[in-house]
This record gives sequence, C-alpha cells and structure tokens, in this order.
Amino acid sequence: MLTAPVLNYSLLAPILVILGGALLGVLVEAFLSRAIRASVQLTISLGSLILAFAQLWRTHSQTSLTAAVNSVTIDGASVFFQGIILVLAFIAVLLIADQDNFAAQASAVPGSEEERAAIQSGKQQTEIFPLTLFAVAGMMLFPMANDLITLFVALEVLSLPLYLMAGLSRRRRLLSQEAALKYFLLGAFSSAFFLFGAAFLYGYSNSLTLSGISAAITGGSGNDIFLLIGISFLSVGLLFKVGAVPFHSWTPDVYQGAPTPITGFMAACTKVAAFGATLRIFYVGLAAAQWQWKPIITAIAILTMAVGAIAAIAQRDVKRALAFSSIAHAGFLLTGVLALNKAGLSASLFYLVAYGFTTLGAFGIVTLVRDSTGEVTDLNRWAGLGKKSPLISAMFVLFLLSFAGIPMTSGFIGKFSLFNAAYESGNINVVIVGVLSSAVAAFFYLRIVVLLYFTEPTSDTVTVVIPSILTRAAITVCAVVTIVLGIYPSLVLNMADTFASFLQ
Amino acid sequence: MTSSHLVYLIALPLFSSAFLILMGRKADKWGHIFATLISAAVFGVGVSEFMAMHSRAGDMRAVTQHLFSWISVGTFQVDASLLLDQLSICFVLLISGVGTLIHIYSIAYMSHDKDRRRFFAYLNFFIAAMLLLVLGDSYLNLYVGWEGVGLASYLLIGFWNQKPTYATAAKKAFVANRVGDVGLSLAIMIAFAQFGSVTFDGVKAGVHGASPAALTALGAMLLLAAAGKSAQFPLQSWLGDAMAGPTPVSALIHAATMVTAGVYLITRSNFIFDGSSTARLLVVIVGGITLLFGALIGTAKDDIKKALAASTMSQIGYMILASGLGPVGYAIAIMHLLTHGFFKAGMFLGAGSVMHGMDDEVNMRRYGAIGKVMPITFATFGLGYLAIIGVPPFAGFYSKDKIIEIAFNAGGTKGIILGGATLLGAAITAFYMTRLMVMTFAGSKRWDDKAHPHESPVLMWLPMVVLAIGSVATGFLFNSGNSLVNWLAPVLNPNNVESGSELMKPIVVSSLALLAVILGVALAVTKYRTVPVEAPEDVSIFTKVARRDLLQDAFNETVLMRPGQILTAGLVKTDYFAIDGLVRLIGAVVSGTSTFLRRIQNGYVRSYALIMVIGALALIATIWVVTL
Repeated sequence: MLTAPVLNYSLLAPILVILGGALLGVLVEAFLSRAIRASVQLTISLGSLILAFAQLWRTHSQTSLTAAVNSVTIDGASVFFQGIILVLAFIAVLLIADQDNFAAQASAVPGSEEERAAIQSGKQQTEIFPLTLFAVAGMMLFPMANDLITLFVALEVLSLPLYLMAGLSRRRRLLSQEAALKYFLLGAFSSAFFLFGAAFLYGYSNSLTLSGISAAITGGSGNDIFLLIGISFLSVGLLFKVGAVPFHSWTPDVYQGAPTPITGFMAACTKVAAFGATLRIFYVGLAAAQWQWKPIITAIAILTMAVGAIAAIAQRDVKRALAFSSIAHAGFLLTGVLALNKAGLSASLFYLVAYGFTTLGAFGIVTLVRDSTGEVTDLNRWAGLGKKSPLISAMFVLFLLSFAGIPMTSGFIGKFSLFNAAYESGNINVVIVGVLSSAVAAFFYLRIVVLLYFTEPTSDTVTVVIPSILTRAAITVCAVVTIVLGIYPSLVLNMADTFASFLQ
Repeated sequence: MTSSHLVYLIALPLFSSAFLILMGRKADKWGHIFATLISAAVFGVGVSEFMAMHSRAGDMRAVTQHLFSWISVGTFQVDASLLLDQLSICFVLLISGVGTLIHIYSIAYMSHDKDRRRFFAYLNFFIAAMLLLVLGDSYLNLYVGWEGVGLASYLLIGFWNQKPTYATAAKKAFVANRVGDVGLSLAIMIAFAQFGSVTFDGVKAGVHGASPAALTALGAMLLLAAAGKSAQFPLQSWLGDAMAGPTPVSALIHAATMVTAGVYLITRSNFIFDGSSTARLLVVIVGGITLLFGALIGTAKDDIKKALAASTMSQIGYMILASGLGPVGYAIAIMHLLTHGFFKAGMFLGAGSVMHGMDDEVNMRRYGAIGKVMPITFATFGLGYLAIIGVPPFAGFYSKDKIIEIAFNAGGTKGIILGGATLLGAAITAFYMTRLMVMTFAGSKRWDDKAHPHESPVLMWLPMVVLAIGSVATGFLFNSGNSLVNWLAPVLNPNNVESGSELMKPIVVSSLALLAVILGVALAVTKYRTVPVEAPEDVSIFTKVARRDLLQDAFNETVLMRPGQILTAGLVKTDYFAIDGLVRLIGAVVSGTSTFLRRIQNGYVRSYALIMVIGALALIATIWVVTL
C-alpha cells in the first residue's frame, strides 16, 4: 500500500513561496493585458522573494533531515545558501526590470519583419520574470538536496529556465541565441554525466542519500571502480555548473551572449547554488573518500585559478573578461571545498556573499554603458570613461578592486579567509597558486582602471545612460556591501561562522 | 585609559565630506561654511583632548578607543582602534588647527570656482584620513589613513583636471606614492611574520627578541614608505609637479601635514629604528641628500610655488635626518615639523595671496615691488621667511639649530659630514629664500600694467596673520624649558638617552649657523639686486641643472621608465610567446595534438564537448592512479 509522504510545509515554505510566485507569473502572462503585465510581474517577483526571505527568517534556527522524507536537509548551511540566493536574486530582478535588455518577441526570427513589428508595437517579453523565479526555486533546492535524485531534479529546474533566458537578448540576437543553444547542449551533456555518476554511486552504495553513500565508503564493501567513476562523473556535472577548467569553455561564450542582467544573475546566483551543492556533496557525502578525489580537485582548482587569471588578460570584451574572472573565482572557491573543515565552509559562505554582490554590481554597470546601437562591451571603447562618468567609473573600479582582492574591499577579506582556511588544512600548494593568480589577475583589473582613467577617450567613446531608479538602487546596494564587507566584515563573518554547519 | 571621544575626530569630517558630496549642487551655497565649521569643531575636540591629557600624569596620558573588531579570521585578529598619545596629539592639533585656518582661507581663495563645495568636501576628507593616519594604533590602521591621504592628495592635485598638465601631475604623485606604499605593505607583512602582530604595542613588545637583520629590513621598508609620502630621495620628483593643485592644498597637504607623514612614521616606529643602526644610517643618508638636493633646486626656480616646494623637500630632509639620529633626534624632528608646519603653510598662503592679486601669475621674474601694494602679505611672509632661514628668535632658529647641533654631535667623521651638510643647507636655504623675497617683494615692478595687485580679503589675510604669529612664537614656546622634548619623552625617548659627546658648544653651533645664514642672505641680495624679466640663458651648467630639478626627471626616465618600458615590452612578448606557448603545451599534453588545442576557445560546441569528455576521462584516470 502506498502512503502519502509527510511534508513539513513550514520548513519548506521559502521554496514553496517562490514556486507559487512563479506559477502566478505564468497565469499573469495568460490573463492580464499587456500594458500592465510588466509592472505586475515585477511586483510578484519582488514580493515572492521578500516573502520567501521572511519565511526563511522565521525558520532560520531550525534544522531537519526529514522535512521532505530524507530528500532535503534543512541546516545552517542550507539556510545561509538560500538566504544569499534570495537576496542576490532580488538585486538581479531589479536589474532585469530594465526591459530594454530583452528581446521584444523572442520567437521572431532575428532581423525579420515580424521582429521589427514587435519592437514598434512596444511588446515586451515579460516571461523573463516567472522564468527567473523558477530558476531561483531550483537554485534554492540544489544546495539543500540530500539525495542524488533531488540533486538532479534541482539541477534541471535551475538550468532549464537559464537556457531560455540566455537567448533573450534584445540586441545581437544571433549571438544570444547561439549562446543559449551552446549552453543548452553542453548543459545537457554535463547533466548526462551527472546522472551517470549518480547511477554509479547508487550502484556502489545501494543508497541515494549522501549519508548513505558516506556510510558505504566508510564501510568499504562496495566496488571501488563504481565509486571512482561515480565521483568523477558527478564532479563533471558540478564542475561544469561552477565553470571550472576544463569544463569552463561554455562560460565566456554564454556570458557574452546572454542579456547582461541575466549574465549577472547566472554569475552570482548559479555560482552560489552550484557551490552550495558541491560543498554539501563533498563535505557530507564524499569526505570519507577524500584521498581519492583531493588530488584531482586540487589540480582542477590550480588549473582553474591559473587559466581564469591568465586568459582574462588577453580579453578585449568586458563581458568575456568578467567571465574569465568568474572562472578564476570558481578556482578560489574550490580551495574552500578542499579545506574540508568548518573554517573552509564558513570562508566559502563569506566569499560567496562578497563575490555575488560584486559580480551583480559589475554586470549592472555593464548594462549602462551604451551607444546608439545598445550595450558596448568592447573594452577599447571604454577608454576615458572615468572623465565622462566619474561616479559610474569609480564604482566599476571599486568592483574590480574587490575582484582583485585589494584591502578595504569585500574581496580581500573573502580571499584572505579562504586562503587562511585552505592553509590551515594543509593545502599549501593551492594557496600559493591562489596568491600568484590573484597577482596575475590584479594586473588585468588594474589594466581596466588605467583604461578608464588614464587613457584619452577615442572619438567614438560611448556614453553611460542615466540608470533607472531600480538599476541605480541595485548597483548602489552592491557597492555599499562591497565596501562595508571590506571595512566591517565581522558581522557577516560571524554570521557565516554561525551558519557554517552541515547536518549529516 | 580609554576615551570615547576620539572617534569624533575622524567621524565628523568624514561624514561631512560624504554629506557634501551626496547633497550635490544643493549644498553649493553653504557647503564651504559647513565644512569649515566641522573642521573647527574637530580642532575643538582636539584642544579639549589636549587639555584633558595635559592634566593627567606623565605615564597616564595616552588614551585609546576600541572601535570595532576589523578582521577576525582564525588566529589573525585586527581591531580598528585609535590611540591618542603625546605624539599623536601634536599632529591632531597641527592638522586640525592649520587645517581650519586653510579652510577659512579657501572660502575666499576658491570663491570664484564653481566646484567650491566639492573642493571643501575633499578637504574634509583629507582631514579625516590624515587624522586616521596619526590616530591608528596599528600599522594596518595607519595604512588605511595613509592610502586615504594619498587619495585626497591625488583628488586635490588634480582638482583642476581639465588642464592636462595638472592631470599628469596628479598621475605622477600617484605613481611615486604607490612605490612608497609597496614599502609600507611589505613592512606590515614583515612585522606580522616576525612578531605576529601589527599593532604598535605588539611590535614594540617583540623587537627585543628580533634579529637585527629583520629590524633593518623593516626599517628600510618603512623608510621607503616615508620617502614616497614625504618626497624624499629617490622618490622626491612628484612634489614640485604637485604644485599644480590649488594653493591652499599646497599649503595644507604639501607643506604642513601630509608630506610630513613620513617623519611621523619613522618617529612612531622609533622602537624599530632604535634596534638597527643600519636602518638609522639609511635614514640619515636619505635625509642628508634630500636636504641639499631640495635646497639646490630651490635656488634656480622662478615659479614661486615650485621654489617653496623645493624648500619643503629640503626642510623635510632636515626632519628625516634628525629622526635618523636616534632617541635624541626624534623629538627635535617633531619640533621642526611643527614649526615648519606654521611658517611654511603661512608662506604658501602668502604665495597664494600674491597669485590671487596677480591673476595667478607664478613667475617671480614678473613680480617685484609687491611689498608696497600688499603690505599684510609682505609682513606675514616676511615673518615666515625670518623663521625658515633661522634668525633668532623666530621659530626656525630653535628647531633647525637643534638639528645642526645634534648632527655635529653624532660623533666622529659622520658627525662632521652631517653637521657640515646641515650647515651648508642652512646657508643655501638663506640664499634661495632671500632670492625669493627679493624677487617677489622688493626691487622694481616688473609686472604689466594690466595686472592690478591688491591686498587680499580679510578671510585670506587673517589665517596668514595667525600662522605668522605661530612662526614667531612656536619655536620659543617649544624650546623654553625643553617643553616639547619632555612632553614627547615618554613616547620617543623612554630611556632618557642623552646626546653623545659634545663636539661643539651650542653657542658655537648657533654662531656658525648664523654666519651661514648671513652669508647666504648677503650673496642673494647682491646677486638679485636687478632681476631680468626673462630667465637668462647664458648661465652656468649648475644653474641649468638645478633649473631642471637636478635632472631628477631625466634620471627617472633613464633609470626607471625606460627599463620599465623595456621590461613591459618584454613581458608582453613573454605573455605572447611563453604563456600562450604554455597553454599550447598543456593542450598538447592533454590531447596529443597541439593544433587542436590552439583553437581551444573556438566557439564550436563539438570541441567544447570534446574537451569535457577529455576532462572527464582525465578525472577518472587521475582518481584511478591515486587509488592504486
């Protein structure tokens, strides 16, 4: 006889609120007139995010392994990850609200009559809002998932909307659609790896839950080949999502092609979700097999930091450059995975907060630099922007300095605590490479500073559009957080420390 | 002891600065008054702290305030705390006092500038950063203020950045300061590695057990930092160009306060320099070279502000030299710093007043006979002049005389060389300052009839008068009963080290110094009785070299810039060949075909997927190998 599963709705409320908001958004698309759709959708999105955060706040001190029959874990870390994702998504939605970034009608062939008509009639593709909420729901589920099936479902729920969203750029639509298709194909490929790995791990341990796998490894009775293949393939799926070398090749193309607010959303929130899941899988499920996977993850971390930092130097396009920067940051975050101790987890939490805000702010500024044909991402044309738009340039420089890990910014504290944790856990070679690639990366960031302030503007220098009040709010919040976390990080450091625990 | 008021010293001007920036144009009408009042309030807090400190017993005078725990990662703990002791109170009073006077002066001086509010916001920001620099209780907190004043200086030098040369000057200051900053950050890292602490107390507690080599390295790095900030050899070249900023900025930042931060850093780190005679020797050498270098440049400059800037460089050389002489010198260095703060700021304001009356003309060859039309400027400038060349009983006499005295008393050949250098410096100082006075205020008028020099408004001459009174009285005040030396002794000379062997009696030194001054003055008066409007071309090679700042830019270009450019070009080539090559090499190892991986980011999904497959296989292979 089948019994209905017992669900703890109170503890699952945050994610349910987001899913409810997303479904409501779909209904709005179907029933509301076009004129008011955008503002209603925006209200629903922001409202659900706030409500979800309130629900999370209400239950933030509770832990549970059985909120949804063993499939999700509610613990300090999952609450923190969900909290960051909600806050970052809120800011991302503020950026997404500037509809000028999105195609008027995504189904119209680029350059066709139909597209022109859609632009002239002032159509807007407001589906972007429910899609965002669906992705957020997947992102929230990913770091709390406790079994391989839920992990896979969460991975797909967060990925599918992103594939679509990447293709919705208003300008350079072919590039955008190409990016979406690439992201989809490679994402599906990596999902297959992930699923294959999950199957092998099940074959090895006869269990789907992370604690079951951990117990099987400790018991040591299974077939080791299955374990090896399982860990490898599962890692491929995860490393693809975080953008680690050699599974990073999609990142520059997709970051460049996707509409910039979506790039920011992907770079910030997806990274948090993917690292949340990665940390949980390696800390809870696979820690017992660390001697098997540590060498290769060390190698990947080193490779990722180095490739991200070195490749960024050669970039001429600001979005591609930020993509390589995000790859390098994935490498830094992998040192937190390697640390395998509480300090490593807490430092990773802090780093994700710092990185998320800085990234959103940086991409938010990219959306503002335009000429008559739309966004300008060619770095050469940013020359001399510091003279024309001192405030925006100063903020961009602030974000770059934070990426580079210069003191007085959140990036410095993040890197410092992360490397400190990795050092204390004995991963000294990773720390050395990390510091060296920080130095290399700093060269690249400073090059942009020189370009903004010390280079004479060329004749066709671009202008910065007056940001909408929402974009302005989003960028300002990011800048303030970047500075505050650099000067007074104790608040978030302590919070990360309090929440840094996985329920086994 | 702790105090809860210290934070206001920094918070007030900081908030005022942010407030004025955020208010935008709305604050244009009253922003300058607001900023000046804030600065005066800071001075008020400083005075009340001084009164409170003065009424306490000698060893109870230092107060601290813990603000918040800044970085707390594992065992590494840095607090943001402030420390106000006998040394920092001197700076607090100088910075906020002179700072307030210069705020008042700027109200009139900048009255025609449409960005006056922004200027005052920057001035307030500078005050906040400079106070943080002298109030931080650790090298890291000092570093924050250090960067802050650098930023403020950079913003203010480039305030009129619509003129390209001015923006270039700002850039030059920026670069020279970065070099110094590298020194400071290395010093902080050495301190942390050696002593596990970056607070002044923590480092002080650790120096007794430290190796001399570590202390020398630490001292050398601190000296590099000081050289960058205080325009000392070999990082001196930016100060002259920094005169592009508005004159009140030159008076506040590039004469009275910020450029003396290097002297503060060295005297604050006295426990480090006490432990390493090599580091002290380096300090003395740098100070000695700079004091002569600056003085020589000063003799050939026709731009009044650049002549004063060269003089500042030289006077700071005196301070650095004094601080390199160990416990006997620290307090003397601070004394000269304080008196110099008064007379040099006063003279800069005087120069600004002359420029104000002469349509921003800075070339002294086009001045002449200004004393008659600007009597107050002439009188206040004259008092500053008497102070700087060291005529008794003006301020400079006491402080500079002391430096010459302890230099002679350093002992042996070293003492004679140093004493000789400081004496020679005094003579050259008298020469170039007299030259400046004669060319500007005396002689015949060499300005066009279009210029209408007139006395400046009261808001401008009032601060000049106050500073002139300081130039007259401070030396005597500080020296009577050795008051300043005794006041600073608990911080700078706790073991009461006395000056070494007395080579010459103080009266002999004073007489020698006076003789040097008289020689310098007489030479200048005879030589500059008539001044041609155009600078003569048929001058000696020495003059030519001095006019070109003793070739410092040529030196920088040949020694630093060219090799730097070659290095950069080399690095770009390395980047191109070696790093790209490396990527290809890695590619070849992984795939077996270099042609395939050269196109690693080729945009084809199929090759991306292939890379993923190869990566996955490599993953399995590695784990397998590890497990075997």
